[in-house]
Amino acid sequence: MEKFSYVNATSLKQVTSLLSDSGWGEIMMIAGGTDLLAELKEYIETPKTLINLKTLPGMDSISADASGLKIGALTTVAEIAMHPTIQHHYTVLAQAAASVATPQIRNVGTLGGNLCQRPRCWYYRDETVSCLKKGGDLCYAVEGLSKYHAIFGGDPVYIVHPSDIAPALIALNASIKIVGPEGEKTIKVEEFFTLPAANPFRENVLEPNEIVVEVHVPKPNPNTKSLYLKAREKGAPDFALASVAGVFEVMGRTCQAASIVLGGVAPAPWRSTDAETALTGKMINDSVSAKAGEEAVKNAQPLNDNEYKVTLTQNLISRAAMMAVSK
Amino acid sequence: MASWGEASQSRLIGKRISRLSGKDKVTGKAKYTYDINRPGMLYARILRSDVAHATVMDIDLSQAEALPGVKAVIPLTEAGRNLRYQGQEIAAVAAETDDIAKDALRLIYVELEELPFVVTEADAMAEDAPQIRDWEGNQSNPGVNEQGDIEAGFKEAAVTVEATYHTPVQTHVCLETHGNVTEWTDDQNLTVWASTQAVFGVRNDFARRFEIPANQVRVITEHMGGGFGSKFGPGVEGHTAAQLSRITGQPVKLMLTRRAEHLVAGNRPSMTQHVKAGASSDGRLVAYDMRGYGTGGISSGAGFQAPYVYHVENRKTERFNVATNAGNQRAMRAPGHPQGAFAMDSLMDELAEKLGMNPLEFRRINDSSEVRQAQYTLGAQEIGWHRRNTIPGSGTGVKKRGMGVGSGQWGGGGGRGTQARVTINADGTVEAVTGTQDIGTGIRTAIAIIVAEEFGLAPTDISVKVGDSGPGLPSGGSGGSQTTASVAPVIKTAAMAAKQKLFEHVAPLLKAPVDDLRVGTGTIYVASDRTNTVTWNQATGLLGQESISEGGEWDQELRQGGVAGTQFAEVEVDTQTGHVQVLKIVAVQDCGLAINRLTTESQINGGVIMGLGQTLLEERIMDPQTGRMLNANLEDYKVPGTYEIPEIKSIVFDTHRKVTGVGEPPCIPTLGAIANAVYNAIGVRIRELPITPDKVLTALAEKA
Repeated sequence: MEKFSYVNATSLKQVTSLLSDSGWGEIMMIAGGTDLLAELKEYIETPKTLINLKTLPGMDSISADASGLKIGALTTVAEIAMHPTIQHHYTVLAQAAASVATPQIRNVGTLGGNLCQRPRCWYYRDETVSCLKKGGDLCYAVEGLSKYHAIFGGDPVYIVHPSDIAPALIALNASIKIVGPEGEKTIKVEEFFTLPAANPFRENVLEPNEIVVEVHVPKPNPNTKSLYLKAREKGAPDFALASVAGVFEVMGRTCQAASIVLGGVAPAPWRSTDAETALTGKMINDSVSAKAGEEAVKNAQPLNDNEYKVTLTQNLISRAAMMAVSK
Repeated sequence: MASWGEASQSRLIGKRISRLSGKDKVTGKAKYTYDINRPGMLYARILRSDVAHATVMDIDLSQAEALPGVKAVIPLTEAGRNLRYQGQEIAAVAAETDDIAKDALRLIYVELEELPFVVTEADAMAEDAPQIRDWEGNQSNPGVNEQGDIEAGFKEAAVTVEATYHTPVQTHVCLETHGNVTEWTDDQNLTVWASTQAVFGVRNDFARRFEIPANQVRVITEHMGGGFGSKFGPGVEGHTAAQLSRITGQPVKLMLTRRAEHLVAGNRPSMTQHVKAGASSDGRLVAYDMRGYGTGGISSGAGFQAPYVYHVENRKTERFNVATNAGNQRAMRAPGHPQGAFAMDSLMDELAEKLGMNPLEFRRINDSSEVRQAQYTLGAQEIGWHRRNTIPGSGTGVKKRGMGVGSGQWGGGGGRGTQARVTINADGTVEAVTGTQDIGTGIRTAIAIIVAEEFGLAPTDISVKVGDSGPGLPSGGSGGSQTTASVAPVIKTAAMAAKQKLFEHVAPLLKAPVDDLRVGTGTIYVASDRTNTVTWNQATGLLGQESISEGGEWDQELRQGGVAGTQFAEVEVDTQTGHVQVLKIVAVQDCGLAINRLTTESQINGGVIMGLGQTLLEERIMDPQTGRMLNANLEDYKVPGTYEIPEIKSIVFDTHRKVTGVGEPPCIPTLGAIANAVYNAIGVRIRELPITPDKVLTALAEKA
């Protein structure tokens, strides 16, 4: 990696003011570093300065009350996965966090880092390939090898968003608190992520001088059943070929409301309103759940090597719906 | 004549004994080449080609040389030469720290003129493909073999199968990458800590390369982290380290990066077979016609076994190499066998199904190995073969189970060329020294067991020194599963000779003829009067200022080649996700005499895991667009982890009391067993490895 200077963060104000002079990539933030370090070693990023966020006070805890959860951006993935309240009432989130990487990575990787991690695309991660995402002329996945690439929302960059936690948070209708030089703002996690058509170089709306500080998750209704299904080639560690974060309000076998967000299939977590509509108000059985899967993928646009993801996604949604109404 | 004696007489041989180096390995005390650090040592790195094919126009090292901390920069190619694959060496740097070396690489100026390339077999064989080596159409002259009367064979056939089977390039994924630490004590004496499978081979190679006497090169490999056939020579990285070391007068460490390990340190070549085969109505294989090829990258050597294990009287085979702009193949655990076994065992199942015959019965008819016939019975029993789907894919539910069987064979009989010394000192200590290397197989422990058995001691009483050319006791490279069968007889005869010498010292004291002496447990006694005894230390105390030190000889009668193996797999396929979970593997492996049953079982476990990886996960992915390997890491090049590893029932199948190596054969039958089990589960055959979810889902969709 290139040499850089290292600054310990003392306050959010200091961080945003340090960042305010910087464009993308000159000054970067590091917390767990499980993604950034690899990017530095591969010369994908070559910042002049790293700001160590781990020294910021009060940003690494989970608080739960009747209204919901507040999770600091520096909370580790492992803490989310193992938190009893999250396991019981926000199951999809705990399951998604538990499915991330390996115990070692979960122990240091943070919530903020997980949401802001960069794509795993093998063209993007190869320093010697100048792809569209890195300012080059083309997305190599279009004509190249695209087994792990997007089937939704790709144009013009066919990466998939690698986060497991993001689809879970969106399915839970979570919000994200962002601090910048002008102060703080809270937006839906769903609005945090963007597609390449809006910005081929970034995966979210953060400005270079903004920082994710906290996530709020409203408490689900008592009749909620939520779950995270992740298909991968290898048990661990592996990123999702496709994943489904499902939050269902169920009465008996009837689905009163469904929130379904897909991972591993699009450049951003991908809400499937088609699947939600197909399930909402329905008594869930094999044919209804199968129909929801079909609806979800009817507009999929696979590349040369990832047609299988269409079937896989469809099947995972059906499975999630059936699991929501099973004991 | 020496013999290993009866099993009932063995105190240690054939028992399950923990590895002597186990504690050092799990505590980190064991030093691998990677762990060696010498005073004043420099760190070296190699600049490699990013592109698949190019002509070097210019190289300028001056900026790298000027970087503070850089001690030497050398070119490894020159202007006008061609680079023929990604990863090929351009230049090397030695610096005070690894970081400086890495920075220096980026200061080397290289101008390349890119040339057209082919990185896949299909592209290489395309009509308008650029010719990348001295083979027309990038294809070597085919080797053709014809036996029997193939036309008559097909006439006799009641059923025929025509199919294409493919296995991709697999890389070795040695957990310790290739590399060396080199140190010149003066300009004529070189010491090398090498991660190698061939201590003496590497010694001789360095001696030739640097034109110094072989006995002035000392190669040390105390522990090494996996070779699998890819670590027989110093490689460019070894020569480069020694050269940098010579230039700077300082020790140099040069270990390959994980990326380079995938690109240049060898691989198992691919295989594509177009087969047409026929079987008679009574279940005999009667005709086999195969045309196939593989790529070993820019080199040749992409051979495979076809037909395999099962006998076919009438056959015609034609095979050739396809050149691609990719790193050279090297021997990899049972070269040519796993890929051949996958194709053959798949074919056998396809024929059996057409005949309406149980695939196991079909094998029995065509397998002339008595050992394997017995193994089929045992393996079928262990897996519960009767539980398999008689109609493939007939299981109900989303997750479908199936069973399959596969077979393999190997040599492993060892050979001459090992020298060893067994020394008994007056204080009772015992040393066994030979120039073999323990590449993870447990030869160190096997040696201790043999000597301890002979002397009536415990394995931990024996100080075993291997992996060092210093003592000047050569042994061959650890390849072909030959190590134990080559080394064990020499150790055994050396120990016998040393024991004889000790008996000669003891006989007068016990007032008994030498022939009447025996070892007990820590004692020497007179056979005809068991109360007439001395302890081991009393006996060795008679040596005074002397030691007994005896060599041994390779003894044909103590070893035997040729092993048979079979494996049964049970799998569960998730038909919604395409995920294949192997539930159980029963591996029945003919081993001859297992010196250490525990490490033999470990060998079988490891082979099964490697075979499983090749079947379900592993594939070198080359991008036709950029000419680059897209998964030269351990994220997208996937090897089995704990979730993939099933219950493995490793059965050491005792056949005789002679030593046979068993490092390679257990990785062979796994492929066919799993592939056939997947078919038995879902009723769709996948003829291309690895069997990943995309292939399973696509196959299921095509069936529907």
